[in-house]
Amino acid sequence: MTTQTPGLHAVSAADPAAQAEQDRAGQEHFDRIIAEDSRIEPRDWMPEAYRKTLVRQVSQHAHSEIIGMQPEGNWISRAPSLKRKAILMAKVQDEAGHGLYLYSAAETLGTPRHELNQQLLDGRAKYSSIFNYPARTWADMGAIGWLVDGAAIANQVPLCRASYGPYGRAMVRICKEESFHQRQGWEILYELSHGTPAQKQMAQDAVNRFYGPSLQMFGPPDEDSPNSKQSMAWNIKRFSNDELRQRFVDMIVEQAEALDLTLPDPDLKWNEDRGHYDYGPLDWDEFKAVVSGKGPCSVQRMQRRRQAHEDGAWVREAAAAYAHKTAAERASAELIGA
Amino acid sequence: MSENNENNVTGLGGSSAEWPLWEVFVRSSRGLSHVHAGSLHAPDATMAVRNARDLYTRRNEGTSVWVVPSEAVTASDPDSKGGYFESAQGKSYRHATYYTKSEGVKHL
Amino acid sequence: MSFASHDSATKQSAGNAITAEDIREGGSKAPEDVARYALYLGDDALMLAQRLGWWIARAPELEEDIALANIALDLLGHARFFLTYAGTAWGKTEDDLAYFRDEEEFRSCRLVEQENGDFGQTIARQLIFSFYQYELYRRLVRSTDPTLAAIAEKALKEVEYHQDHASQWILRLGLGTEESKRRVQDGLYYMWPYVDELFHDDELIESLGDAAVLPSSLRADFDRRIAEILDEAGLDLPEVAGAYGGDRSGEFSEQRGHILAEMQVLARQHPGATW
Repeated sequence: MTTQTPGLHAVSAADPAAQAEQDRAGQEHFDRIIAEDSRIEPRDWMPEAYRKTLVRQVSQHAHSEIIGMQPEGNWISRAPSLKRKAILMAKVQDEAGHGLYLYSAAETLGTPRHELNQQLLDGRAKYSSIFNYPARTWADMGAIGWLVDGAAIANQVPLCRASYGPYGRAMVRICKEESFHQRQGWEILYELSHGTPAQKQMAQDAVNRFYGPSLQMFGPPDEDSPNSKQSMAWNIKRFSNDELRQRFVDMIVEQAEALDLTLPDPDLKWNEDRGHYDYGPLDWDEFKAVVSGKGPCSVQRMQRRRQAHEDGAWVREAAAAYAHKTAAERASAELIGA
Repeated sequence: MSENNENNVTGLGGSSAEWPLWEVFVRSSRGLSHVHAGSLHAPDATMAVRNARDLYTRRNEGTSVWVVPSEAVTASDPDSKGGYFESAQGKSYRHATYYTKSEGVKHL
Repeated sequence: MSFASHDSATKQSAGNAITAEDIREGGSKAPEDVARYALYLGDDALMLAQRLGWWIARAPELEEDIALANIALDLLGHARFFLTYAGTAWGKTEDDLAYFRDEEEFRSCRLVEQENGDFGQTIARQLIFSFYQYELYRRLVRSTDPTLAAIAEKALKEVEYHQDHASQWILRLGLGTEESKRRVQDGLYYMWPYVDELFHDDELIESLGDAAVLPSSLRADFDRRIAEILDEAGLDLPEVAGAYGGDRSGEFSEQRGHILAEMQVLARQHPGATW
């Protein structure tokens, strides 16, 4: 399980014919696995494009978990009850854990974590743009748990069957933990919605702000998503953006009713013919702006991340220095003992 | 400044402050063997096993944790043909179902 | 109902974990003076949990975000137990006590209220406090008050981990680089004026006898073990006098107001609301 490019490398570079034969055999093996809907593992042959797509997607997912710790972390110190404080701390901790599971999966594809991290810090990597919105009130903790984690779950459950083994397995672990997050968010909103008028208004306001952006977490409409087709052919992506978005809308309409809160969409209506809820147009101009770095918190999220990384440099160095020193001491002690 | 140096806060080699990668294996309290759970970065083995416990057993998922430096792991090549992986076909004596007399005997 | 368990606040298994609900619904009503003592223990844990919570999403490495969050969650769990139990004496909940007491009503020591500073300063505070709590809880498990003993039993297992975490880091920072050594040494110096206070006895504790643990009885073991670890880490025992005041008597630190202002603001904006 080295981080070097795995695969069949017994052939020397001076033998292009043998290399081509190996690539052909590898592609055949890969195609068969995909056709069987089976698993590709780290040491299997895979097309470069497949590897690149996965590194990008898995690391983006990891970055999202890490940046996502910030809006919620913002409310740990002010959580209005000790129970809620504990739950929120545990949730944000889970998100760090999810980031780690995903970086771990991405590393099996050959890119070290510090490189992925540097891509994030340099602004060369994307993360889910929903986290560029501010978490202004306590009710946002509810809306983020219910809508944002809810959308994430709808996206993630199919990924548990992704063709790349480490990614699928990481997703299984994450999905187990994420369902607790969504339920907690829903309960926060439930308490608020059945509390004082001020609390109810707080909850409704948060839902109004997060509804549109959470629907946009599934990505642009299918006709504007060129990468989707290839991802689906490779069994990385199982359902299209619009399919997942529709599923999510259908789910939350009833959940909103149970919350006694409204969704800010006048066009939301059950369509008997389609068997789904119709919903109104989303603001894709806003989405494009936020994705391209103009979100309300885009700059702050990145700066916070860079700050934490820079502030921690001396700590990481100290730990590494200690490890080298003690290893050297052990080695010289063995030498002396011999 | 080369790309490597952006990581290079110590001014020494690019990876001197990097924490190496460790593979984590967890055996749950009722488990029979350690199962690969994932990986993490830690400066040394002592911290690695503690971090692994924090990351992979927070939910009481396991009691025994092993960490191994990733570079110490030697993996077999899944595509090896020939003697490395024998085919189990035709060697029915390797399968429990071949032994019919023991059917119905407890714990066999 | 058995209170013994191997769970922590972050674990989700059912198990036999003592819960705040157990204490509330168990029907036990803390005697007034035991309740006041429980406030000392609970407020310490609450303040430190509040300080450590800040590090989540700011730690030097993701693995450390998780470790510090674990410790914060453990401490918050202890706070919830102690405050819930204390509250039974007065018909108050843990939240009544945490969010609606004013500054002068808290009973936390000054050490846990000190700022995080950099990671070195935070680890310095962790080293001192986890070693203190270990000595405290390993004796409190024999408290004649069964609830305090049960809480101590659960807390002890977790504080052992906190001690280990602080010890591992004090070694790495002390022996790592010149910079890390300087920073952690500075952190120790910053925190040291508040060490003596941890070991001061007072009338309340003395009157509780075997229900409580006399802080002064912990000093010898604390001193010995701290000296050992600092020596191993190549660090100096700070030569700093104990700061006057404190003693949980109302001469609290400047920081307490800031901590509570942030912690309590939302709950106080909606008095009587449930969350």
